[in-house]
Formats: sequence, C-alpha cells, structure tokens
Amino acid sequence: MTTTAPAKKAAVKTGDPALAFYRLGADISDSKAPDVDIEKMWKTRQFQAKLVNPSNRRKLTVIIVGTGLAGGAAAATLGEAGYNVLNFCYQDSPRRAHSIAAQGGINAAKNYRNDNDSTQRLFYDTVKGGDYRARETNVYRLAEVSANIIDQCVAQGVPFAREYGGLLDTRSFGGVQVQRTFYARGQTGQQLLIGAYQALERQIAAGTVTMYSRHEMVELIVADGKARGIVTRNMVTGAVESWFADAVVLATGGYSNLFYLSTNAMGCNVTAGWRAHRKGAYFGNPCYTQIHPTCIPVHGETQSKLTLMSESLRNDGRIWVPKKAEDCTTDPRQVPEADRDYYLERIYPAFGNLVPRDIASRQAKNMCDEGRGVGPAIAEKDFDGNPREVRRGVYLDFSDAIGRLGKKTIEARYGNLFDMYLQITGENPYEMPMRIYPAVHYAMGGLWVDYDLQSSITGLYVCGEANFSDHGANRLGASALMQGLADGYFVLPNTINDYLSTGPFPKVDATHPAAVEALDAVKGRIEKLLSIHGNRSVDSFHKELGAIMWEFCGMERTAEGLQIAIGRIRALREEFWTNVHVTGVNEDFNQALERAGRVADFLEFGELMCIDALHRRESCGGHFRAESQTEEGEALRHDDEFAYVAAWEYGGEDKPVLHKEPLVYKFIELKQRSYK
Amino acid sequence: MKITLNIWRQANAKAEGHLERYQLDGVSEDMSFLETLDMLNEQLTTEDKEPVAFDHDCREGICGMCGVVINGAPHGRYSSSVPTTTCQLHMRSFADGAEITVEPWRAGGFPLIKDLVVDRSAFDRIIQAGGFISVNTGAAPEAHSVPAPKLESDRAFDNAACIGCGACVAACPNGSAMLFTAAKITHLAMLPQGQPERYSRVKSMIAQHDAEGFGGCTNIGECASVCPKEIPLESIAQLNRDLMKSLFRREGK
Repeated sequence: MTTTAPAKKAAVKTGDPALAFYRLGADISDSKAPDVDIEKMWKTRQFQAKLVNPSNRRKLTVIIVGTGLAGGAAAATLGEAGYNVLNFCYQDSPRRAHSIAAQGGINAAKNYRNDNDSTQRLFYDTVKGGDYRARETNVYRLAEVSANIIDQCVAQGVPFAREYGGLLDTRSFGGVQVQRTFYARGQTGQQLLIGAYQALERQIAAGTVTMYSRHEMVELIVADGKARGIVTRNMVTGAVESWFADAVVLATGGYSNLFYLSTNAMGCNVTAGWRAHRKGAYFGNPCYTQIHPTCIPVHGETQSKLTLMSESLRNDGRIWVPKKAEDCTTDPRQVPEADRDYYLERIYPAFGNLVPRDIASRQAKNMCDEGRGVGPAIAEKDFDGNPREVRRGVYLDFSDAIGRLGKKTIEARYGNLFDMYLQITGENPYEMPMRIYPAVHYAMGGLWVDYDLQSSITGLYVCGEANFSDHGANRLGASALMQGLADGYFVLPNTINDYLSTGPFPKVDATHPAAVEALDAVKGRIEKLLSIHGNRSVDSFHKELGAIMWEFCGMERTAEGLQIAIGRIRALREEFWTNVHVTGVNEDFNQALERAGRVADFLEFGELMCIDALHRRESCGGHFRAESQTEEGEALRHDDEFAYVAAWEYGGEDKPVLHKEPLVYKFIELKQRSYK
Repeated sequence: MKITLNIWRQANAKAEGHLERYQLDGVSEDMSFLETLDMLNEQLTTEDKEPVAFDHDCREGICGMCGVVINGAPHGRYSSSVPTTTCQLHMRSFADGAEITVEPWRAGGFPLIKDLVVDRSAFDRIIQAGGFISVNTGAAPEAHSVPAPKLESDRAFDNAACIGCGACVAACPNGSAMLFTAAKITHLAMLPQGQPERYSRVKSMIAQHDAEGFGGCTNIGECASVCPKEIPLESIAQLNRDLMKSLFRREGK
C-alpha cells in the first residue's frame, strides 16, 4: 500500500452532513499489481514474488481463521505446500462454514458451451455487474483463475451436474448472456465446501494443519508493526488463549448478520474483521451489502433468520400486490385480475419480473410501505421511532405458468424450491401464490486488501467475503463461490510466500507486551459483559440494531435517515454496555456470552457502515441513495466524485478517517446501467 | 399455541443430567422448532436462569450443526411428514397443548458437552482416515479430461448430500456411524477420480469408525429412516461390498 497527499479536489461540497462524522486522510493505492498489460499482470506478479524453499516452509507458521471456501482452501493448500498451519473456526467442525448454504452455482470462464465466453468476458461482466466500483486488476485475475477452480474441484470428487456424455453441464445465471455457471443441484456451496473440507482433513491427518474448532477469534495481536497472532476463546471451556505465527489470514466471511434477519447463519459475525480494524486494518466500502429479492417473508417477532429461494423463480412467476389495501388480507385467488398490480411489469415493461436484484427488492419495499403488502402484519418502528404494523410480503404467482406449461413442467423446474417453501410456510405454492420479500444476504464490503490480499496491517491477509475485493458495489450471482475458492486455492498461496520469505520473524510469545495487552483486553471485556447484569437480553439488542439498519441503511438510504440511524446506534450501544444481561460464567459453554461479544462489535461496526453510506452521495449497485436517482427512479452514479474505494481507518475515540483509493479504469469504459 | 417442553439439562459431561419441564405460551405455528427454543431461552434469561445450550447455525437445513432428539426421534422425524433437520421442523407439526421431550444425541461416539450439545469430532477423524481424494492444489487435470458417467455421478451426488449431522448415529440402537461412513465411501467410489484409493479408503475409514467407539451395523435401518438427506440404506451394502473386496488387497489399514 502506498499513500499520497489528499486529493486536491477534496470532492466534498460544503453543507454535506457526512462531514460531521469523519475526517479525510491521504489517498491510498495498491502497490502490488505490476504495471504491465492486464493479461500479463498475474503471471508477472507470480514471477516477481520471492519464494520460500520447501525445506524452510515447516519453520513458518500461518494462522488461518475460518474454514469456509476461502479459509478451508487456503489452509489445505498452504498445508500441502509444507507450511505449519493453525486453522480456527467457531463451528464444531470445519465442514459447517456458511459457504455451505450457497445454492446456485459457480462461474468459470471455460467456454465449454462455445458461446464466446472468455476470461475477458467474465472480467467485463464482473466489473459491469459491480457497477464500476471494483478494482480492475483483482477482477481480471479472478476471471483468469476461475477455470482452474473447476479442474481442482472435479479432481477432488465434487459431483457437479453432468450431461449423459459424462461431461459437465452448465447453466446461465444472473443476467449474463453466456452459460458459464457450473452447479451441483441446488447445493453447489455444500459440495464445493465438502471438497475443500476433505482436502483440509487430509492435511490435518498429514500433520501440516492443526485444527481448532469451537474456537472463536476475539482479538488480533499486532507486535512491532506486524500481525503476529490472535487471541481465541475456547467455546467449550471458556479458556482465553493466544496463538502466534509469522502471518495471519482472516477468512471469516461477511457481516450481513448485522441486520439480525439475514440469510446468513446465526453465528456469522464481524468480530474478527472488526478487531483487526481496531488494530489498524482499513475497512473497505462497508455500505455495500446485497439484498436478495426472493426470500421467504418474516412470520413474526420470533423470526430468527430468513431463507433465500433461488431467484430463478422469477423466470416463470409473476410478482404482484393488490391495487387496493383492503384486498391485502383476502385470499389472493379471490382477487380479480383487474384489481391486481403487477408492478414490475407495469414500471419496467422491457424487463418486467426479471429486473436486477436491487430494483426488484426496492420496489417490493415501496409497495409494502404504501400499505399494499400481504401476509402477516409485522410490528416495527417508523422513521420517527413510532410503532407501526406493516405487511411485509408480495405475491409471486405461478398460476399463469402452471396454466401455460402444466404443473409437471413447473415441478421439474422448481420442485425442490416449492417443497422448501411448503415446509417453511405450510402453504402449497402450486395452489396458493408464494409470498416473498427481500433479505440481506451478502456483503461486498470488507477489509481493504491490496493485489496480494494483504491488508493495511503488514502480515495480515484477508480472503473471500471478508475482504472488499472483486465485487465492487454489487455481486453477480454464482460469483461468491468463485471468489472464495480463487482466493483460497490460487491467489493467497501464490502471494503470501512473498511476505513469508522475509521470515521467520523474531519470536513473539505470550510475554510480548502486545500479547499481554491483547489478552488482558479480551479478559477485561468478557468480565465487563458478565458483570453488567442488566435487564435486556443480548438478542433484544441485536434485533433492535437490525431493525435500525434495515430501516435506514437497507434497500434505500437517505442523508436524513442515516443521521437518525447513527444517533440511535450510539444510544443503543450505550444502553448495551449498561443494561445487557449476559447469563452464566466465562469458564463454561456459554452461548449468551458468545453472542454478546459479537453484538458488541456489530454495534460499533453498524455506525461505520452508516457513515460510509452517508458520505457516498451517489447510488451504485447495492447502495441506493434516494437523493441520487434518475427521473425514472434508477440508481445514478457520480463517477466524477465517487469512483473510489472508501477505505476507513479506525479513529478510536475520534472520528474515523477516510482514505480514498481512486479506481482507475484502463481496460473497461465506465457506463451507466439501464434496464428499461 | 401452548407447549410443554421436557428438556434434558446437564451442566457438563461429568454432571448428572435430568429432564426439566418448561411451559411456553404464545408459540406460533409458523415458528421453527429452534425459534421455540430461542423463545424459551429469552424467557429463562428474563428470569435470570441459565438458557438451554443447543447447537445450530445455518437454520436452513444444510450445515448439519443442529440436531436433537424430539419425542424419541432424531430431528423429530416422526412429527414431520417429510425428512427434516431440527431447524426445518416447524411448530405446525405439533398440536396445541402438546408435550414435547427434547434430548441430545446419545451415543458412545458422541460425548456430551452441555445440555443438548454433543461432541461430533469423531466424524472429522473418520474423514481424516481416508474420506478424500489425494490431489494437491494445482495438480488437477483439465476437468473434461475424465468423463464421469451420469448415472454413477448422480449416485455419488445422492451420497454427497450427507450433512454430517449425526442423526443416523443417534437413531441406531447400536450407536453405529455406518450410514455416515457409507455415504462418503459411496460418494467417492462412484466417481472415476475416487478409484485409485477406493479400497484403501474403505479399510482405513472403517478402522477409524471402530476406534471411535461407534457400534457395528446390524442392518436395522433406523438410520436411513431418520436421515434428513435420505441417504439410502443400500449405501451400507455398497460399503460392505467394497470392504469385502478390500480384504483381498494389500493397501489400507
């Protein structure tokens, strides 16, 4: 990373309310991508990288936190290379990381369909899909290694879908015009993760990787300017321990669970990333989150998570709400055709029900806000904090498609999704229109990294969803699995050696002042959480934070709303530290304590996310600022002012510091999206 | 709905356990079973009592982390009309006023940690013994260089669907993990890439299975009937066939 003086045109207008919440720091840039033609860049970087002699590798220790596609793949690969790897996860087995829940597929530029696909096209689609807010160099490399991923997974025994000739099947996905998505029924994430898990278990048996499951990272140890270790809490015994290494890799996933209701697993959290941020790692673009339009709606206050259904459903289902609010509680089959508002077909005649995710999501919210939502009325707070009840659901109706194509065809296409819907809601979608509503499911933002995936802390690397790289402001379908595995199998193992070759570094152990300080801080924090004995449960704080985020920093954001959100988050955080009730003791299996630590970090992170959203006075990808839209209500980017990555430095007691990494487009021309 | 829950409480592996009775009011039939446990835990927290410990994570039936015995059946299989994980079981499967007994997986190979939480790390060690294909990153041939017949590939998939939850072990009167082991054996045995290590794999994995304290299989079939992912009993027959063949070969433990 290199820093330069702040940009001359400070790119802020007077009167911008965001200015009250941050300080502007020096611009930054990536210094690792070689200045050569993009097609030669990765090969050049691999050749430039310094190597570690195979016989010296076992003397070097690497800590990897997380065992999903990125972490599991990296741990297995570095183990195979001969490094001494310590791998940590909070689940009871590395096989359970949330990569497992991905349904759709994985993109790769194999061009098996002979449909003009290429590295160049996958690169272009990903940059465009990211609404021109991703770093070109990283994305090109992602496209370049994508084909190797498929080879690797097939060799591991991943049972991808095949044709009768025994070769791999592919399908189209997410608005691109080639068929480059490889899949394993609706369980692609599971199958890819099991492949990485098996490779990992093989290395554990070989003794190159030591696995610590049910261990949660709660602090990073930065000694003498380098990331040299972590502090974990053993979730069975409560033991707080420090671990030391020559380099630390975070592969800890996304932060969407901040919203409480999301499609993430219950345990997904921002703690590892946030702890690193507090120690100096810049956080990139925290406001970029992706909202998926076709999830099963909330049933009531006890709802704990949301389930996503493949958006392929929109290919044949028609989305509507009643024209009149009084029809919202009647049986939808009794609402006459003339009284139905097929609002996506009405507003976007060219794309209809197939508009991009962000547009479909936002319009569903608008319909419900107007009072035309369907399903159970959900208690929530309005803009001013007053209680209200709103029906949060729209119909996704297959009756036309069943009439046209027959029940059999629909069953063949969507049978498993219909079964899942029936099991969760108790309603049969063959007879009754489905109800759907958007939900948060992916974080494009994450810790800032350079081309080598190194963060702004020397020796700290970040892979997969946990970093900000590759997807810009919006991720294309079937690209998350691709990025996780690209980082874990092929990128990190070819960049981290450049750093490790300068080691082994001077020994750091538990007596080092930085280690002592980190351990004491963790213990103090746990003691504090357990000693408050307030009146509110951890979950009640998490739910309230989620509601604030969803209302003000969800599908549509405004300067006014974001400022309200920041105020409410601060008040909630204060209440948390004086009124939370965490039961039990530390020296035990204590799930309330685990959650308390995570929610405490979400309460800090949520504020930064709102500040980032407030400062970005443009709409792009998953970030829609109501003040920045076209006359037709579409997202409007401001490339002149905002074509940069926002990399936030922790400000401590003071305001956070914004470092801009200007985005330079040398190979792709910037264009405005249009779906009319 | 009003529900009575009899839940197994046990502070740790060494402590005595017992069933504790709890009343819950205002349960909605749309709630999942785990949301009902959440509701109970909120209530217990308000009363300054220790919440019930239970494992869970994705809550969409795929990570395999959750799993309790409900009214005698793993994942409440016999309360549900379809195969299910605990997280995908919903309260509409129960009548208003129902009394529900909730216990942990009980098996020699799964030592208890607390309340409804058990240690399933034996499964990881069975995989370590050979549940993989030995291919280093970067060493893979081009994906289309080896075609895999669709029929066998589909059968591999049916077995690869195992989520490693352990319901099969909890259901088995012998506490056997044979269905779990057979799923991995069959998954890899049906693929061309799995052939070189096919027979050493089955021998080594079975040796580890036995070393972990799991019981032997006597073809009772309880495992397959509760499996949320419908791993078929015939996979165990496949395992036995491969194991027999492996006895005539030198490789493996």
